[in-house]
Amino acid sequence: MTDLLAGRALTDAAARRQLNRRHRAERRFKYYGLAAIFAALGVLAVLLVTIVGAGYSAFQQTHIQLDIELREDLIDPDGTRKEADIRQANYAVLVRDALIKIFPDASGRRDRRALARLVSSGADIQLLNMVLADATLIGSTQTIWFKASADFDSLSKGQIPRDVPEDARKVSDKQIAWFDHLAALGLVEKKFNTGFFTTADSREPEQAGILGAVVGSLLTLIVTLVLSFPIGVMAAVYLEEFAPKNRLTDFIEININNLAAVPSIVFGLLGLAVFLNFFGLPRSAPLVGGMVLALMTLPTIIIASRAALRAVPPSIREAALGMGASPVQTVTHHVLPLAMPGILTGTIIGMAQALGETAPLLMIGMVAFIVDVPGSFTDAATVLPVQVFLWADAPERGFVERTSAAIMVLLAFLIVMNILAVVLRRRFERRW
Amino acid sequence: MTTLLIVVLLGLSAIAFQTGRKKALRATAGNIAPLHSLPTYYGTYVALWVGIPSLIVIGLWLAFEPQIINALLLAALPGDVRGLSPAELGLQINDIKNHAAGGITSSELSPRLQEVADYYLGLRQNGLLGMTIVAVAAGVGGLAVGWRHVTSTFRARNHVERTIRVVLIIASSIAILTTVGIVLSLLFESIRFFAQVSPIEFLFGLQWSPQTALRADQVGQSGAFGAVPIFAGTLMITIIAMAIAVPIGLFSAIYMAEYASSQFRSVIKPVLEVLAGIPTVVYGFFAALTVAPAIRGFGEGLGLSVASESALAAGLVMGIMIIPFVSSLSDDVINAVPQSLRDGSYAMGATKSETVRQVILPAALPGIVGSVLLAVSRAIGETMIVVMAAGLSANLTANPFEAVTTVTVQIVTLLTGDQEFDSAKTLAAFALGLVLFIITLGLNVVALRVVRRYREKYD
Repeated sequence: MTDLLAGRALTDAAARRQLNRRHRAERRFKYYGLAAIFAALGVLAVLLVTIVGAGYSAFQQTHIQLDIELREDLIDPDGTRKEADIRQANYAVLVRDALIKIFPDASGRRDRRALARLVSSGADIQLLNMVLADATLIGSTQTIWFKASADFDSLSKGQIPRDVPEDARKVSDKQIAWFDHLAALGLVEKKFNTGFFTTADSREPEQAGILGAVVGSLLTLIVTLVLSFPIGVMAAVYLEEFAPKNRLTDFIEININNLAAVPSIVFGLLGLAVFLNFFGLPRSAPLVGGMVLALMTLPTIIIASRAALRAVPPSIREAALGMGASPVQTVTHHVLPLAMPGILTGTIIGMAQALGETAPLLMIGMVAFIVDVPGSFTDAATVLPVQVFLWADAPERGFVERTSAAIMVLLAFLIVMNILAVVLRRRFERRW
Repeated sequence: MTTLLIVVLLGLSAIAFQTGRKKALRATAGNIAPLHSLPTYYGTYVALWVGIPSLIVIGLWLAFEPQIINALLLAALPGDVRGLSPAELGLQINDIKNHAAGGITSSELSPRLQEVADYYLGLRQNGLLGMTIVAVAAGVGGLAVGWRHVTSTFRARNHVERTIRVVLIIASSIAILTTVGIVLSLLFESIRFFAQVSPIEFLFGLQWSPQTALRADQVGQSGAFGAVPIFAGTLMITIIAMAIAVPIGLFSAIYMAEYASSQFRSVIKPVLEVLAGIPTVVYGFFAALTVAPAIRGFGEGLGLSVASESALAAGLVMGIMIIPFVSSLSDDVINAVPQSLRDGSYAMGATKSETVRQVILPAALPGIVGSVLLAVSRAIGETMIVVMAAGLSANLTANPFEAVTTVTVQIVTLLTGDQEFDSAKTLAAFALGLVLFIITLGLNVVALRVVRRYREKYD
């Protein structure tokens, strides 16, 4: 019998060809699967490389060193040393004079204005703050590092090509020559861009930072956490431990599952119609943003918490009840503490989602241009992803690298949160 | 004032807890055994009597204070101001409120209105003061009532636990309230919109240009609200996204479930899920910065004219975003197919790929369809990618190289930067939101039902 089969099936050329064909199809099919996975991984790699490639340069900022003569006759001609007088002085002139001293050939209004454009337009504020902090500096000559303006920052980073015709780039040949001369004198240096982390938004790329957005995100997430964590855990405890099997419970469950799949922008519409227009809460405030995001993350937290509660074995409950604990005591003293690591993991993942969410916040006006770091839950604020959105829309060249850098900061926060969730799970996970 | 109130109420609750506990212990001369409940339950009971009444007062105040103050403010306005058109009246009221808050106003207030502003400020301060007094009084009254209830046979634990249960039920009903809130807010605003624009025109009209004329003599700004081009654009971008996400997601799921070693799985699966964790605004930036110019360059190389905000770029990137969604759901579904089906197929001499194609996929098909439907609803509701990479103009076209717009893009553009709230333009956003909500809800309900029925089949 075996001889017969082996003799016929394996020697028959047609059958072997068919078998080979089937094996080739098998290999092809397997490669399709691998190709799909590596296509997805490849896109992920391209995305990350693009973002990092476009953004790493924003962590450095070109600075220009100038010797500024803090002339008393310009800053405080009456010698009163009063803040109001010092504030009124024109510091931009001081910066321009320092530049003209290096380039005496720049004559005429147009040249001088072009020359002044080498340095950030925030230079005068920098000088003012310096003088306000220490009035004794007036009359002395100080060596100060100023930020280069965004265009020259890009030039020194090689983002503006020098070999294109003059009218096709934002900096003129003359300005490039000045800038190169400064560089040759050793007055140009790239330094770590601390301003990016310590200032809020600005119209000028070189002065724009993410602190305002980071603080806004933090305030928003605090509101989200304070609202969604207790409500989510309580809802999960009720549904998992106490709820009778009835219509109402089913209805609540269906609602939670559906809310998890409602597009985020619809939550934004809810926030606009209910929180802003009906209750009259302030626009653009982290309070409202946090409330909207809390409603959005609630399903995530409830679903994760229920899974964690379900994983606590019934024997724990039976033991507690057997010792005379009431059902509420059983849950609060035994079941909930044991489920807490799982609940916290789910909460962190929910918070990470909330941190990356943009669309609903656009609806409630958190998309405004805000130059101050928000100080309270009702101040106008923006959040990190919205800042990314705003900068991505800005036409200036200097904002491209800042957008990418802001994305890198956002991704760093998300990675930290996710690692925290994984560590928490690994450390406290119990197998029963 | 509010911080003071919180501190006072917390202090009051602490006092209530202590007095409740002490009274219970005193009733039995410090002996716990005769008490019905543990002493802390008596304390908590009295503390609840402080907290709940005052919280109710604060909640009512938060909910109704703005409306009441607004009504009073309106009544206090001089007659000629009250007779202004709603828009101008709103401006005046805003001015008064800003002035009272000490902020920047668009104009100096006339002495008359200054009076009203002072009145408004006084109202708000008196209201806050009054609320604080009432809330504290409610807390003190509650303390007295709760304290009187405490005796050695009083069933404090049962009362406390019943309260906890009620709080738990309230917490779970927030989900229902949210749904109700979404439905009501969308419905109300949509009804107001459909009072101005007929639903037939909205659903079947071919012309979308929501700019309504500011002045009657402006040309070409009459405002047309035919949403078909928007639906078509949404559909096209969704189809492109699905054309990317379904094959790649499905094939990776098949490989993960049937071929991959467990080490490969444990490394690659989390990495693929990173794609799902990246914020959508990042994808949008990627689409606008890298993908759209690349497609444009590629199209020009072929001699095609490609819009810089082509549907293809947005759809491609959206497809990438959805890959992990399709793959992880399909992975679950394929893993749920019983091993006996595979074993049977192998026993018949089928290769792995033949087993997958002829046994596993047909068996898993309902679940896969369900997961694709969920992915479609994700794609339709996705906002940031299309806002940043798709166009604004509503073209009715089938050419993926042209710019199209989507429902979510229109909602965002109609509602950002616009303060007035009763023009057809802003209300149209809510009508679009209603359509979006109904479609995604329908898709989800169908998909969840399909997946559940499929699971039951093999459980």
